[in-house]
Amino acid sequence: MQPARTDTTVHSLGKLGARIKGFGPVLGLLALCIAGTLLNGDFATIDNMMNVLTRTAFIGIIAVGMTFVIISGGIDLSVGSMAALIAGCMIYFMNQLAQGVAGDLAPLTMLVLGIAMALVLGAGFGLMHGLLISKGNIEPFIVTLGTLGIFRAVLTYLADGGALTLDATLSDLYSPVYYTSVLGAPIPIWIFLFVAAAGAVILNRTTFGRHVQAIGSNEQVARYAAINVDRVKILTYMLLGVCVGIATVLYVPRLGSATPTTGLLWELEAIAAVVVGGTALKGGEGRIIGTVIGAILLSVISNILNLTSIISVYLNAAVQGVVIIAVAFLQRGRK
Amino acid sequence: MSVAVGFEAICKDFGAVRVLHGVTFSLSPGRVYGLLGENGAGKSTLMKILAGYESVSEGQLLIDGQPQRFSSSRAAEAAGIVLIHQEFNLAEHLTVAQNMFLGHEKTRGWLLDEAAMNQEAARYLRQVGLDISPDTKIRDLIVAEKQLVEIAKALSRRARFLIMDEPTATLTSSETQRLFAVMAQLKADGVTILYISHKLDEVERNTDEVIVMRDGRFVTRELTASLTRQQMANLMVGRELSDMFPTKTAVAPDAPVLLKVEGLSVSGWAKELSFEVRAGEVLGFAGLVGAGRTESFEAVLGLRPRSAGVITLNGKPVDIRTPKQAMQHGLTYLSEDRKGKGLHVNLGLRENLTMMTMERYARPWLDVKAEKAALATAVQDFNIRTGDLESRARMLSGGNQQKLALAKYLHSDPRVIVLDEPSRGVDVGAKRDIYFLIHRLAAEGRAVIVISSELIELIGLCHRVAVMRAGSLQTTLGAEHLTEEELIAHATGTH
Repeated sequence: MQPARTDTTVHSLGKLGARIKGFGPVLGLLALCIAGTLLNGDFATIDNMMNVLTRTAFIGIIAVGMTFVIISGGIDLSVGSMAALIAGCMIYFMNQLAQGVAGDLAPLTMLVLGIAMALVLGAGFGLMHGLLISKGNIEPFIVTLGTLGIFRAVLTYLADGGALTLDATLSDLYSPVYYTSVLGAPIPIWIFLFVAAAGAVILNRTTFGRHVQAIGSNEQVARYAAINVDRVKILTYMLLGVCVGIATVLYVPRLGSATPTTGLLWELEAIAAVVVGGTALKGGEGRIIGTVIGAILLSVISNILNLTSIISVYLNAAVQGVVIIAVAFLQRGRK
Repeated sequence: MSVAVGFEAICKDFGAVRVLHGVTFSLSPGRVYGLLGENGAGKSTLMKILAGYESVSEGQLLIDGQPQRFSSSRAAEAAGIVLIHQEFNLAEHLTVAQNMFLGHEKTRGWLLDEAAMNQEAARYLRQVGLDISPDTKIRDLIVAEKQLVEIAKALSRRARFLIMDEPTATLTSSETQRLFAVMAQLKADGVTILYISHKLDEVERNTDEVIVMRDGRFVTRELTASLTRQQMANLMVGRELSDMFPTKTAVAPDAPVLLKVEGLSVSGWAKELSFEVRAGEVLGFAGLVGAGRTESFEAVLGLRPRSAGVITLNGKPVDIRTPKQAMQHGLTYLSEDRKGKGLHVNLGLRENLTMMTMERYARPWLDVKAEKAALATAVQDFNIRTGDLESRARMLSGGNQQKLALAKYLHSDPRVIVLDEPSRGVDVGAKRDIYFLIHRLAAEGRAVIVISSELIELIGLCHRVAVMRAGSLQTTLGAEHLTEEELIAHATGTH
């Protein structure tokens, strides 16, 4: 239809435009880092960087799973409560083992069983969400709003309103998972990197990933194209559940306890990371690398607030909220 | 008060792509114009400029001789120019009257004056010959009624210049007749109508003058009476269209039956449907909108529950519960709703092409190179015109989207292919490509079922045509009995 010359110009212009858009979060992150360095010399230290990244790991891992759910056109509001409940169950279970309920086990075995339980529980909760949403045909917003309440209430009940604290021996054995560094970086950072890399490969290089995008882009078209929509949806929620499980496994050794405020507002941060990273909330497309940058960007903001006194650290969530709305504003023209 | 419209060297750019290259022509009031052109010729863009949905990049729009720039569709409406979209702009949950007055509500003080709006709406509904209550909800109307509501809505905005984009694409023949009667009435009332359609017989019957566009340029204008349909088609594509349909090759007498359906019932849509189709055969399905053709095949594919029926594929009875199982048995169905069910318009061409056959490209890691190669081949085989293999499906014109959809559904190499309205909203050139493709598929020993509302197409294409009415099969006509009169008689039950 058009002369070939115009086509190529458009083509490269379009690509350039897309590239600049894709770099938006990166540019934002760079700008923040420069601002942070100027405001406080401690910001640019290796220690502080590692600290920020380690804190990012929990939200980041959950956000990777959340990216799948959101691209498929769903949402999960329950992840913070789910993390709290998994943490509580895991501690409760390991304490029972430590008291010899299952006979005489080596502490390491108890730990491995506890970790396995956290992952299975995450997958199980995800399965429950997926079944209610696909087979039960209920809005994901409603299902996960319901479980958001249920999970946290059950944890509060288990903890009797207080804290569930991990057995001291196990705690000593477990805490290195959070505090040890391998090749110069703490373990959570490595796991975060691994989860993100695996997520990116699954999203872009597997049938499942392609189907997730297809369903989010247009569910009817996917159904007519012989895609098992229900199965794919259930799997996205299970994947997210496992990610929450992994995040919890890394989080428990940090404090060694679970309380009714564990994981509070994590859903906000995880969803925010996904959105800031450029994934459209209505689904269809998104990128894991964007989510990773989004998650880091949000924790850098909170870190800068901690290090400087320009804005009170109590306003952290408010600043993050402003960032989310600003990003959504910048993306509003996109389809 | 009539509206005279003039286009002066109108250019339109989308980014760096120029889609209109200096279009100049004028339209005098009180006439019915047919605007012809293949998909991608720039008709819709030009009309969107006239109706205030798009701005002009260069050139001038003259309304009654005065240069005008409409900042919005509302501004165009104020000048009496209304565009009726192919996809309606009606809020499904609101009533007819509420839709008609949307954005122009009548009020009494702070409150809505429903009574006055209903009363006035009823008047306009009568004018378009629509016998429904103004407080009917839009979602309870059939497509044809929605179309008429759109026209009534335009009239309620004092439209003096009505642009209709493919108004009959989804209408049955009787509904089409009704629409044409309304159009004639409007013309008598002094309304100018600009009518975009791919159905040349309708253009021939209803317009005073045709304007032809090609590749974003004005080509010619002729009095309708001075042109034959063949000449119109030739002007649109810019070359001689010798014949739309390939010659039919007779089905071998010993060709095996590939698909046999016995006693298929779909609650609310079809009862006791039985038919069979053989290798190398093109079987048509005729019927009015709502006769249950689409729903029956959706049930065969497992997209919708069946209440009864035995399906035999290749001589073996099969129990198909999901489209996936259907595909594994070599049966595929391309929906009539291209954007809603057939293609992921926001995904790339490559992703669309391989969507149903991912297992071929991902084991388990996706082989993007192989996907790209497959796309390059498909673009050749199906004659898909695209400047960029990496572009998204929505960037293609309607005809090329349909070819991509066909490529996608044929990519799994099915033996039995069901095509629902395969040439809807497709230009003449692409139509011809699709017809030849259908015959090629049959010649390769596949069975093809074509559901269509275009009788000419069924007659030109099919070996046999099954006619459905109100959920049951009326008759199956062999090639020797295929005439428009015969098909209409069975479809409407006036045989």
